[in-house]
Amino acid sequence: MDKFHSLKGIAAPLPIVNIDTDMIIPKQFLKTIKRTGLGVSLFYEMRYDNDGNLIKDFVLNTSPFDQSKILVAGDNFGCGSSREHAPWSLKDFGIRCVISTSFADIFYNNCFQNGILPIVVSPENLDQLMTAAKNQIEFNIDLPEQIIKAGNHSINFEIEEFRKERLLQGLDDIGITLGYQDKINAYEEDKKNKKPWLFKDT
Amino acid sequence: MSNQGPKTLFDKIWSEHLVGQREDGTSLLYIDRHLVHEVTSPQAFEGLKLSNRPVHRPEATIAVADHNVPTINRQNIEDPQSKIQVETLAKNTKEHGIQYFDLMDQRQGIVHIIGPEQGITQPGMTIVCGDSHTSTHGAFGALAFGIGTSEVEHVLATQTIVQNPAKNMRISVNGELPFGVNSKDLILYIIGKIGTAGGTGHVIEYAGSSIMGLSMEGRMTICNMSIEAGARAGLISPDQTTFNYIKGRPYAPGTEHWDQAVEYWSSLPSDNDANYDHEIVIDSSEIDPMVTWGTSPEDVVSVKGTVPNPSSAKTENKKKSIERSLEYMGLKPGTKITDIKLDKIFIGSCTNGRIEDLRKVASIVKDKKIASHVQAMIVPGSGLVKKQAEEEGIDIILKDAGFEWREAGCSMCLGMNPDQLKPGERCASTSNRNFEGRQGRGGRTHLMSPELAAASAITGNISDIRDFT
Repeated sequence: MDKFHSLKGIAAPLPIVNIDTDMIIPKQFLKTIKRTGLGVSLFYEMRYDNDGNLIKDFVLNTSPFDQSKILVAGDNFGCGSSREHAPWSLKDFGIRCVISTSFADIFYNNCFQNGILPIVVSPENLDQLMTAAKNQIEFNIDLPEQIIKAGNHSINFEIEEFRKERLLQGLDDIGITLGYQDKINAYEEDKKNKKPWLFKDT
Repeated sequence: MSNQGPKTLFDKIWSEHLVGQREDGTSLLYIDRHLVHEVTSPQAFEGLKLSNRPVHRPEATIAVADHNVPTINRQNIEDPQSKIQVETLAKNTKEHGIQYFDLMDQRQGIVHIIGPEQGITQPGMTIVCGDSHTSTHGAFGALAFGIGTSEVEHVLATQTIVQNPAKNMRISVNGELPFGVNSKDLILYIIGKIGTAGGTGHVIEYAGSSIMGLSMEGRMTICNMSIEAGARAGLISPDQTTFNYIKGRPYAPGTEHWDQAVEYWSSLPSDNDANYDHEIVIDSSEIDPMVTWGTSPEDVVSVKGTVPNPSSAKTENKKKSIERSLEYMGLKPGTKITDIKLDKIFIGSCTNGRIEDLRKVASIVKDKKIASHVQAMIVPGSGLVKKQAEEEGIDIILKDAGFEWREAGCSMCLGMNPDQLKPGERCASTSNRNFEGRQGRGGRTHLMSPELAAASAITGNISDIRDFT
């Protein structure tokens, strides 16, 4: 997995609440069998008109926001389906950090599987950062120090330690768990005796 | 969460499945059943191949194609991409020795319909699937939640998942359900009350006499939409209704283990004095048949109500959000819900595609005709639901009324297959999401119960089942 350490650049403001995963990446793009190539379809219905032309005033279609690596968005970002295509499309577009007041659980989890840092801030801080983003002020995201700097603002954020480590080191989660193979096997042997009906084959 | 003291249903399942703690402080949770479908699995199997890892326990996994599949002429999937996805699932499952119900198999259907139908879903289990509506299986007292594709790969490779415990929320609904009010109205009402982020970080346990009085089908509808309230999982205590439903199904415990299983299942309900992080109590007499007016499942109102006015919103954000929704939905504030004219009716999905739902619709539309300006479609949740309905003559009643009778799949719930709304079309839908573009670009979705959708099909407007005779 790609590492995440720090990130510098302007942030795209998207002041809409409840941005769901259908908005982030609509269904017609879920038919792929690859993880890559989805960036062009990110926010498809907000970004393109019925004829497939770019909608000029959508933020990610305007310069310099079309180069954003950071997104500042309204509450409950990523609600809806479990599709990992949502973080895949963000990442493929170039976005590595999303800032909001809250995230839906599955989306939040999926971000960390893909080297994307989702940051939760207070409503007051979100307002400040939204304004800074609109004014094209440069953001500086420092994961080791857990600080967002933008203009005069310096905002600390929380992140669970294991998630931070995994991002910093780009760790392979499955590889780590396979290190506990003996424990998993022992668990299964125990349950086979105690709850044999669970081991009826599908 | 302490190991001592009274426990909730969630606590019990959690501690029973804890394999251990990893050095990074996370918990490894054992997964009893893994459901796999064509859309969120190809990249997971590809990942296994790239790192040369086998599937740890293929016999704990079951696969089916549901999201993409056509509901007519299914011998030939016309969309080449959909075809590749379905073929890729067939190939991957064969390669890894995973049970796969193919499109011609009568057991094929929506993954969350067939799990319970086959007896694969059982109390006390942990169940995951790369689909957010995995919460459905919580109706059996199983801890069931949706995961992303990277986690699908993790479960395939290790039969475990990395998790931290969720918080406990209990929503109790008490009293006899008023006439015309059913499980779909209940869950829409709850989502309206707590909001789409109200359950974030929590597992919601549904309790109270209204909930425990529901059939398994009704309980599944409730747990199914837990994700629409932001909760990853919903739970309902297993009881005799649950055991009766499971007994004798193909993958249920056999006679040799049945009593032992029931004894364990009976120990699962939350202890009387268990502690919850949040408690909500609802009197069912306050609930009406419910309909969504906007583009989030929390945008819900009584069928007797009106479209809200943005100026009544408490916050500026909410006001903007209502304005955006109304513009998308093409609705004016103050419009009576029952004055909203429909173009399409969709009955089906993992929320309301079970036999009980179809029976209700048939009882309402029997000897009637759908309005001349609407197109109505019924998509059974599985091949076996379809077969059962046909044996009961339900298909004839529905077809006589003017409904299209389709093959099983997710269909217009998310419109990955050809079943989609056209821009501006308005649909009464028994599915679970009314997001912008969900059922087709520019399509307008009103979520409601099968009873309301059936009545609305006949009148051509959103209708109150209580006015409908």
